[in-house]
Amino acid sequence: MKTIRIGNGAGFWGDSRLAPIEIAREGRLDYLTLEYLAELTMSILAHLKSRDPAAGYVSDFPDVVRDLLPVLQEQPGLRIVTNAGGMHPEACAKRTAEVLAAGGLGSTIVAAVSGDDLLPAIDAHLAAGETFAHFETGGPLGDVRSRIVSANAYLGAEGIVEALGRGARLVVTGRVADASLTVGPALHEFGWPGTDWDRLAVATVAGHLIECGAQSTGGMYSDWTPAISLGDVGYPIAEIAEDGSCVVTKPDGSGGAVTVGTVAEQLVYEIGDPAHYLTPDIDADFSHVRLEQEGTDRVRVAGARGNARPERYKVSMAYRDGYMAAGTLVIAGRDCANTARHCAGTVLERVRRAGLLPERTHVEVLGTGDSLPGIPLVPAGEPWEVVLRIAAHDPSREKVERVLRELVPLVTSGPPGVTGYAGGRPKPHPVLAYWPTTVARELARPKVTARTAEEWSR
Amino acid sequence: MSDVIRLGEIAHARSGDKGNHANVGVIAYTAAGYEHLGRVLTADRVAEFFAPLGVTRVERFALPGIHAYNFLLHDALGGGASRSLRTDTQGKTLGPALLEMEIPGNHSSWLTPSSAPKSPAASPASR
Repeated sequence: MKTIRIGNGAGFWGDSRLAPIEIAREGRLDYLTLEYLAELTMSILAHLKSRDPAAGYVSDFPDVVRDLLPVLQEQPGLRIVTNAGGMHPEACAKRTAEVLAAGGLGSTIVAAVSGDDLLPAIDAHLAAGETFAHFETGGPLGDVRSRIVSANAYLGAEGIVEALGRGARLVVTGRVADASLTVGPALHEFGWPGTDWDRLAVATVAGHLIECGAQSTGGMYSDWTPAISLGDVGYPIAEIAEDGSCVVTKPDGSGGAVTVGTVAEQLVYEIGDPAHYLTPDIDADFSHVRLEQEGTDRVRVAGARGNARPERYKVSMAYRDGYMAAGTLVIAGRDCANTARHCAGTVLERVRRAGLLPERTHVEVLGTGDSLPGIPLVPAGEPWEVVLRIAAHDPSREKVERVLRELVPLVTSGPPGVTGYAGGRPKPHPVLAYWPTTVARELARPKVTARTAEEWSR
Repeated sequence: MSDVIRLGEIAHARSGDKGNHANVGVIAYTAAGYEHLGRVLTADRVAEFFAPLGVTRVERFALPGIHAYNFLLHDALGGGASRSLRTDTQGKTLGPALLEMEIPGNHSSWLTPSSAPKSPAASPASR
């Protein structure tokens, strides 16, 4: 029976640069997926595009492809599916195609999948009756409209399937659901109808299990011990068979571990109701998934079911929401935790006297359990040093700036034992807040542009 | 034997963010432990544990095939990944924290890893 191996070599923008090359070299893959887009990555890319019309994609992706050139030469069957296109799939495809052409792979077909960007036509959509109400609260868009930086529909596997069908070896998408990077290749290879919900559920659960990189192969694992080596951790591979069976594994000889435990933890990662894991492709039911260790670093995944896909696309919007910053100092010495709390009071008192207290401030004395304020955790011994962290948020940049400005003087005008101020003062950064909503499918149709690398390079 | 046990002795967990909500998946090591969690690890109990974070509501969902309960914590993150002023904007530490919770009861059958083989390094007994 036909089986395909899909390996994921990136779980977010900023993941290990070694991972894509190692999994492609050692993973015996049919497909390499690279997942870069967290909820707010699109808004960062939108900001970059607003400053440079040729930007707006994962800027180091062409470098990743340059690293992969030898592997692509040695493994003519290997295909890559990635959402590195971000806000600008065509620009990403062009720049990456130039790398391929310069590396002797000019006849390679590269496809860009766009159509997810709703911002250019958003006023027309509003006029036509779309409300873009908040997905959870139902609240109206209101004055958020004037502050929107990006608005992208989560597209499904459809555009990827079309691109692969047109012979693309490299598919560069904008915003698609993470799991769709895996569902696309499975649909293309097996020709399952897009309404075979139980098989789509298998590909979706497979995509969910590999989308965060090493999180299913030993990373973030509760029962991690130093015996699970992570310096050479293998990134995850989903083996999907035509009959809809699935195994999660990793490259032979790599570090990490694939056990029922590591995979179970990833199954529950960032899910809500497991009976309704919604993607643009399917309403998947993970609630009766079973896991079985069928060999070393091989876990069989069974029991996923599915129902018809949601009627509307989920949309991720980002809007400007003032400024934020956080500054830290180290407070050392006997009774340092109490000293640190006094220091925070001193800073905020000075800011208040200047009439510049931000709307929201938050003090943490790290080393005492403050990362989860108020939760009773294991009583720690008295630490010798703690990190004082003060964070602030306000519509006014000046107010946020002032908190940082008054933090460092503690070194000379605060209690003894204050250090850790080297490295310069952090700067306030604009806050891009998140507005989840939905849109009618017909307003976000995938658009596929497929050309040879040579043609893109002209 | 004490009749109170630390959740982390009979289960492991993973947490993450969903906007301003967070989730914690709690996976029992054994079928017997899962049954016990069904009785004692209620949504109310988890809501009480995380109340200081401003959690407004907790929903519990079962995944019997992997002996797990998933807890969806509404409004747990002080504004979510983009607006939260906390160090842990994405709820990564909620799972390890919940494993510190004390729950009633104690039975050796909850501690044995399930029939699925685990690498020696990954078994709870070696921790």
